[in-house]
Amino acid sequence: MLTFMASDSEEEVCDERTSLMSAESPTPRSCQEGRQGPEDGENTAQWRSQENEEDGEEDPDRYICSGVPGRPPGLEEELTLKYGAKHVIMLFVPVTLCMIVVVATIKSVRFYTEKNGQLIYTPFTEDTPSVGQRLLNSVLNTLIMISVIVVMTIFLVVLYKYRCYKFIHGWLIMSSLMLLFLFTYIYLGEVLKTYNVAMDYPTLLLTVWNFGAVGMVCIHWKGPLVLQQAYLIMISALMALVFIKYLPEWSAWVILGAISVYDLVAVLCPKGPLRMLVETAQERNEPIFPALIYSSAMVWTVGMAKLDPSSQGALQLPYDPEMEEDSYDSFGEPSYPEVFEPPLTGYPGEELEEEEERGVKLGLGDFIFYSVLVGKAAATGSGDWNTTLACFVAILIGLCLTLLLLAVFKKALPALPISITFGLIFYFSTDNLVRPFMDTLASHQLYI
Amino acid sequence: MTAAVFFGCAFIAFGPALALYVFTIATEPLRIIFLIAGAFFWLVSLLISSLVWFMARVIIDNKDGPTQKYLLIFGTFVSVYIQEMFRFAYYRLLKKASEGLKSINPGETAPSMRLLAYVSGLGFGIMSGVFSFVNTLSDSLGPGTVGIHGDSPQFFLYSAFMTLVIILLHVFWGIVFFDGCEKKKWGILLIVLLTHLLVSAQVLPNDCLLGLPSEYSKARDQQYLLTSLVLHASGP
Repeated sequence: MLTFMASDSEEEVCDERTSLMSAESPTPRSCQEGRQGPEDGENTAQWRSQENEEDGEEDPDRYICSGVPGRPPGLEEELTLKYGAKHVIMLFVPVTLCMIVVVATIKSVRFYTEKNGQLIYTPFTEDTPSVGQRLLNSVLNTLIMISVIVVMTIFLVVLYKYRCYKFIHGWLIMSSLMLLFLFTYIYLGEVLKTYNVAMDYPTLLLTVWNFGAVGMVCIHWKGPLVLQQAYLIMISALMALVFIKYLPEWSAWVILGAISVYDLVAVLCPKGPLRMLVETAQERNEPIFPALIYSSAMVWTVGMAKLDPSSQGALQLPYDPEMEEDSYDSFGEPSYPEVFEPPLTGYPGEELEEEEERGVKLGLGDFIFYSVLVGKAAATGSGDWNTTLACFVAILIGLCLTLLLLAVFKKALPALPISITFGLIFYFSTDNLVRPFMDTLASHQLYI
Repeated sequence: MTAAVFFGCAFIAFGPALALYVFTIATEPLRIIFLIAGAFFWLVSLLISSLVWFMARVIIDNKDGPTQKYLLIFGTFVSVYIQEMFRFAYYRLLKKASEGLKSINPGETAPSMRLLAYVSGLGFGIMSGVFSFVNTLSDSLGPGTVGIHGDSPQFFLYSAFMTLVIILLHVFWGIVFFDGCEKKKWGILLIVLLTHLLVSAQVLPNDCLLGLPSEYSKARDQQYLLTSLVLHASGP
């Protein structure tokens, strides 16, 4: 949902939703749809081809998700918990990497901390003399941004309902093209400027072309899982950097708070657009958009036969084609912030292997907003590393708690609220309370 | 100040902690989670103690030099006390989590309390060390001359060693503390608290806080002595 464009041209804003989904519920990816926009449609389209393969799996999935038939229910919980810690770490690593990239860039490249205009979605400036006016402007900016998000979500639901998959598909390809080529070019230019390294245009063309083309292939088609994950992390970092640059200070914080609330509402309320999307998908018995989801899934089943004739072409590839379906991210919107364990594409008889390989998915929107929070803390924390670290730990703990709730509730959950709340609390309290305390202690060399 | 100082001090301060992490914690996801949770608990304790210090400062509202110093000493002691309280709270949480894990996985061995004590101590220590030292470290990369105004030129080195000592002490305190809680020997908790206070307050006589020049070597030797004592205490 967020498509980003250069500051002097228009930029669309996408937003994402995050939701966590457990393996037992194969369809409730509703959270995803909410924010996505036309991109979601594309995801739907892409899903459809994979869907068939999963159709037959749903029942066995439910079956298998609850363990092997005949196993006591306690064992199911045990399995969930046993894999819980591993899944948490499988999400900690990419989130940490994304944040490291964003913080490293913010601290070294001046470009992303300079004010150079604002998005059209935040038209009110914050350069006002009075505090009240500034607050009002930031709240208005947030309202506009959130309404854009809601509108796009509803647009997505409408598109999905009327099956305009081609439109969504096209939009998705456009946004990923822009992100992988234009923003990478800008980023590379700024990094080279910072370190005063010269690069000639032919080399630049070759580099950016290779990077972008491989990225498009990995994200939209097939590619090694690690490479796909790396690309998703990079594009999330790029998006987060653009947000950090173009969102004015106070608006950014208010937007972060508002988006967590929206995420919570849209995922959990029965009348939320996301929920409607899920229900529509369930009626049609198709999976909801896989767009822009980071998947940590490993190979599901080794050497599993492909059931769907439409993906016969995939069989020649060395890696398991099942893997891609689940880790299929139509790039376009970095935001389906959702986390879920993909339904096992296991077939009876392969349960043991499947359970070993279950992965977790987290929407790219989550990555982006986590990185925006930490990046903003790094950019505006008056050169202080303590604030950044505190926000980092807070976000990780929030993610951990959310995954714990996922293990308990076993249904789609939003991943933004807890982490962003902790992050915001820790940012403001560390910046205003802890920093003076630690600075005073450090200047007197007192260690506590 | 150069990259040599930066890397040297960074590895002095965080090398052992990093080694401990890589060899004992990074292999098991559950331990990583407990480590980060321990770091989070320390962070919350720091937040509360900063709040207390801040409010005390606002209430007293006196801009004098000496009052600020006494306020800082008060803040330090309160912070130590709150840290130990949070260590106890983390102990209770781990006990509950441990029992939960045992009831769910009866066949599998849950991590032992000793291991959890070590992990929690390391979590506390890493967070404490990082918060104390990382700003100094990032300053060491920039231009400047240490001690140009008559302070000791060994500022970075001393801070790095001090951070190392604090991290290791937190690990040992964690082990000793949890052991005391398990065996219900409350005297041990008191000893941990007292040694913690001793370490934090020990800098005071050597510090320019009271207008005396820093005597780094003496302070360092005392720290090491204390560290080895606590290490031996946590051994058995």
